[in-house]
Amino acid sequence: MTKKMDYEKSLNQLEKVIEQLENKELSLDDALLLFQEGIELYRLCHSKLNEVEHKISLIIDENKELTETPLTLDELEE
Amino acid sequence: MNIKTLSVSQANDYIKRLLVSDPILHNIKIEGELSNVKYHHSGHIYFTLKDKQSKINCIMFKSYTEKLDIQIKNGMAVIIRGYISVYERDGQYQLYASEIEEKGLGDLYKAYTQLKERLEKEGFFDISYKKDLPFRPRKIGVVTSLTGAVIRDIITVTLRRFPKVQLSIYPVPVQGEGSAESITKAINKINKSKLDIDVIIIARGGGSIEELWSFNEELVAKAIFNSKIPIISAVGHETDFTIADFVADIRANTPSTAAELAVPSYKEQQAYIDGIHKRLISKMNERMNVHRKNLDYIKNNQYFRHPFDRVFSEQQYVDQIGKDLNKLMDYFFSTKKNKLLSQAKRLDSLNPLSILTRGYAVVYDKNEKAVNSVKNIQIDENLFVNFLDGYAKCTVNELIREDKALDEENGLRKITESIRKSN
Repeated sequence: MTKKMDYEKSLNQLEKVIEQLENKELSLDDALLLFQEGIELYRLCHSKLNEVEHKISLIIDENKELTETPLTLDELEE
Repeated sequence: MNIKTLSVSQANDYIKRLLVSDPILHNIKIEGELSNVKYHHSGHIYFTLKDKQSKINCIMFKSYTEKLDIQIKNGMAVIIRGYISVYERDGQYQLYASEIEEKGLGDLYKAYTQLKERLEKEGFFDISYKKDLPFRPRKIGVVTSLTGAVIRDIITVTLRRFPKVQLSIYPVPVQGEGSAESITKAINKINKSKLDIDVIIIARGGGSIEELWSFNEELVAKAIFNSKIPIISAVGHETDFTIADFVADIRANTPSTAAELAVPSYKEQQAYIDGIHKRLISKMNERMNVHRKNLDYIKNNQYFRHPFDRVFSEQQYVDQIGKDLNKLMDYFFSTKKNKLLSQAKRLDSLNPLSILTRGYAVVYDKNEKAVNSVKNIQIDENLFVNFLDGYAKCTVNELIREDKALDEENGLRKITESIRKSN
């Protein structure tokens, strides 16, 4: 289920977990489960935050379907 | 034909002389719509006067602006009085204004206001239609011109603020013929495409109402409104509002702001989740410590530390009872034994045989009845004297009566015997 979540959802979930762990009366078992969930969510957030590499591309609208071609900052005119 | 060669300055100077000597241009009134109005800090005002086909650059010097009783702005329809001359440095003729009279709002401005009112009534600006921007977009579509500072600003700000994102630029002309159609097509096609764009920025630098006009066109407004992908608009300067800005999901003051709105700060996000990570660990440790302490407390409980205490104390108790029981049994037996002994002694003392051992004898008559008084026997009567080990047959020769009770020693014995009998 966690695989499908985007960064924001994972983060919201993570915030809920830390909130509960910090403020809720919990048995040790439940606390451990939450902690484990929290650590997994943290890892997920971390990977979601870092998963895209910076890339600039130019959209080409010549055919029916739009295509992309890489672009560098230097190629732009002043 | 021999033509004299002139320098640029000489040419401009000649043109200027021609113009200023013209009687019409010397004192002229022109009507049109204001645009590109710039109040310069020197006190002069620079602006453009235009109608649908044409335009003329204008300047009003400080000496005249001080007498000006209206605040002029873009879109305003005015009648200007002044003269035409040449700005030699640029080789440009311009209108040197001395008076400006307001004629009413300009046609473009009117069109803008009318469209804005209509679209507002139709709900194009309704807050309920505004889409939330994705918190962490993976791909941002930028609809703008490839030339100029706008695209560079967007790219640099994005790169600095959140490097883990892709930018896809759809180049469009942002003013002039076909510009509105291009912007509309870009928005529609990005929506239909498989490029997986999460948010669109439509941007353009500052300009006059004419230059920004594409963003005031109804078809652009409709494309923005119908876009399923959230749109950030960054058109013109802070003070310029276009229809596109009102329809967009969010309006940014500048292209840089648009980039800042589009992505979160990478550093802040990283720090934030790292912070939560730390809190998770410290909170869990804290919780574990509480449980550990509780466990230690229980472990150090005296029943766990000295688990056999209870058993030992029970044993001690049992031992004590055992001892008491022995004592009581001893006491019981010794009492019984003593009683038995004393009974035995008594029994022994009462045993008639024991009397016989001490030299006494029992006298029976012929009826085997013990004789205890001389009164009960007669002379010549046969008696039997019983000893411990047999008897003697005797005949009474003489009877002597004695009152032995008077005898002190015998009297005492009698008393003792009588007591013994009674026992």
